[in-house]
Amino acid sequence: MVPIAYYLVLSAILFSIGVAAFLIKRNIITIFMSIELMLNAVNLTFVAFAYQWHRVSGQIFVFFVMVVAAAEAAVGLAIIIALFRSRATLNVDQVDLMKL
Amino acid sequence: MTSSLHLWLIPLVPFAGFLVNGLLGRRFPKALVTTVAWVATLIPFLQVLNIALDFSSLTLPYTENDGTWITAGSFHADFAFALDQLTLIMLLVVTGVGFLIHLYSAGYMAHEDGYWRFFAYLNLFMFFMLTLVLAENFLLMFVGWEGVGLASYLLIGYYFTKDSAANAGLKAFVVNRIGDFGFLLAMFLLIAHFGTLSFGEVFNQIAQHPEWQGGFLTAIALFLILGATGKSAQIPLYVWLPDAMEGPTPVSALIHAATMVTAGVYMVSRAHVIFDRSPFALTTLALIGAATALFAATIGLVQTDIKRVLAYSTVSQLGYMFLACGVAAYSSGIFHLLTHAFFKALLFLAAGSVIHALGGEQDMRVMGGLWKKIPITFWTMTAAVFAICGIFPFAGFFSKDEILYQAFISPNPIGKLVWFVGLFTAGLTAFYMFRLWYLTFFGESRAPEPAHDDHGHGHAHGVHESPWIMLGPLVVLAILSVIGGWVGVPAALGGHSEITHFLAPATQPVGEAPEGPHSQELLLAVVSVATAGIGWFIAHLMYFMKPEVPKQLAARLHGLYELLLNKYWVDQLYGAVIVAPVLFFSRYALKGLFDTGVITGGSLALGYTTQGIGSLVQRVQSGNIRSYAGWLALGAAALLLLTYFGFGPHLTF
Repeated sequence: MVPIAYYLVLSAILFSIGVAAFLIKRNIITIFMSIELMLNAVNLTFVAFAYQWHRVSGQIFVFFVMVVAAAEAAVGLAIIIALFRSRATLNVDQVDLMKL
Repeated sequence: MTSSLHLWLIPLVPFAGFLVNGLLGRRFPKALVTTVAWVATLIPFLQVLNIALDFSSLTLPYTENDGTWITAGSFHADFAFALDQLTLIMLLVVTGVGFLIHLYSAGYMAHEDGYWRFFAYLNLFMFFMLTLVLAENFLLMFVGWEGVGLASYLLIGYYFTKDSAANAGLKAFVVNRIGDFGFLLAMFLLIAHFGTLSFGEVFNQIAQHPEWQGGFLTAIALFLILGATGKSAQIPLYVWLPDAMEGPTPVSALIHAATMVTAGVYMVSRAHVIFDRSPFALTTLALIGAATALFAATIGLVQTDIKRVLAYSTVSQLGYMFLACGVAAYSSGIFHLLTHAFFKALLFLAAGSVIHALGGEQDMRVMGGLWKKIPITFWTMTAAVFAICGIFPFAGFFSKDEILYQAFISPNPIGKLVWFVGLFTAGLTAFYMFRLWYLTFFGESRAPEPAHDDHGHGHAHGVHESPWIMLGPLVVLAILSVIGGWVGVPAALGGHSEITHFLAPATQPVGEAPEGPHSQELLLAVVSVATAGIGWFIAHLMYFMKPEVPKQLAARLHGLYELLLNKYWVDQLYGAVIVAPVLFFSRYALKGLFDTGVITGGSLALGYTTQGIGSLVQRVQSGNIRSYAGWLALGAAALLLLTYFGFGPHLTF
């Protein structure tokens, strides 16, 4: 059996990649994908612990996260399309109207 | 008698009148406003009359509790009303004279703007005055006490577009506040010592402790006196009353002559149980009364405004009532209150009729020769002048004489002194009242031609007698001014002093009232009538026989004349000693230092600090998503580190 630490390390690596990509990338779609990456890293942790402790609640929570992620993807992509239509760019550094 | 008298209706009906006229009167036609105000005054009057007719069948004092008002621990104050002989007299005066003046006002105010407002205020005044009179505890009395002050303020400032009227209203209110402060302190002391403010309970407790003499009772009495001097315009707080003449004349008659200003006398009589235990307070009261009577009468000698003469005369007559209370002759004080209400209301209303006839003129120097032109006003006013001067057998003779007699036979060592001051004042009173009488009605008309028509009633078409709605009340009051004193004809003159006996259960001090021989009383009566006669004679000489004498006399006694004309410079003195320092303190210390410095400065500093911090922090909100994300990541990392290393047991997540 694979020790739980492996899963956790993998999850941490995936999450860190997600965070790094989120901070570094300028393309909004890439940023969106990095969010998905972070969510799935967390999902991996849930599943690993659920398996470890033989508790089903972690598994169920993962389903919730997936549903939320799907909804978020739908809304987020819609926003991205609207944004692209109005500003003809996907670069988030050029979308900074919301400031004082 | 077991059935309720529904005393609460007496004040509440005028209040309903106030609400109707005050809320809707603007849209009502004048006739409807008048009807509402009249009915709202007539109903309580009829109810009081009804009670009076059935009075002998009542068990007195009758009290009526209409619910609890305030409860705080063991202390409670109720909406309680009480009726006894003293209350009945006051009720008759307030509702009776009040109703007559409501009638008169309909004529006098017919051409004024804000007619509805005037009647709404009058009804409001009636409500508070009746509450004051009927209250069974000091607190409810205080409600009425404050309320009549409010109504007085509103009515003095009725012509609020006129600066002097607005200021006079303010002055009345502020000066009264000083007196109210004394009343409040007295109530605090009463609560501290008796745990209750109910008249019955307080007076019972005092009656059960004959060993209580002076001490805290003196303190309470002195504070009550301070309250009374404010409301009843006595030294040192009398200054507001002459200025209050800025109000319409019916207001002067009702509030500033017949009813409200007598509230102090009523309050002292009501609380006489307290005063009886404090010879010091009584002496103070007698001295204040005597001093005010004399002081105001001397000022009245030289005033030229007809209403101001009457105002000082009111202050002076109120001094008599205080003098009476001060020698523990409360029923004499109330007797004078009663007759004074008749003849002083009449004097003011008749003066109002004169002013009305002259289209708003109040200066006696430009009157004269009016008696043929306005005969009814003249004759009614004559009755009032005779009454106030104490000429036999007019009303004032009996009441004033009773006061002087009681002062003379009083066991108090200052009795003779205040008697003499009162007697001298009676002479002065006769002089200035007949001066007014001669200046107004006799001699040649001194009016500049053509007659004024620029202000006031706006319908000056020569001198004219007033309409009957005004003359009717004058005639009724004139009759009362003649016969009103007959309820108190002393035994020395073959009467039975009915009013004294009637009031005895409510106002008789504990112990035997001093009695003197009848011959002495007769002699004193002759002396005081003679004094009044001398005053009349001098006035006759100076203002009828030789009208040039007053000017020469004023020139010869220039200093004295100026002193009196300027009212002893008391207003200026108060202005310099009290008003100016208060204004200075308010303007520079409170406004300059505290308001501008601390309040305005503090809030400005707070605002600028917030703005400064904001301008620093606003850089964070760049609109750049990645920078937000960076902060978010930093924060999450910080939380993570905090969780991992911790800062102690209480900061774990």
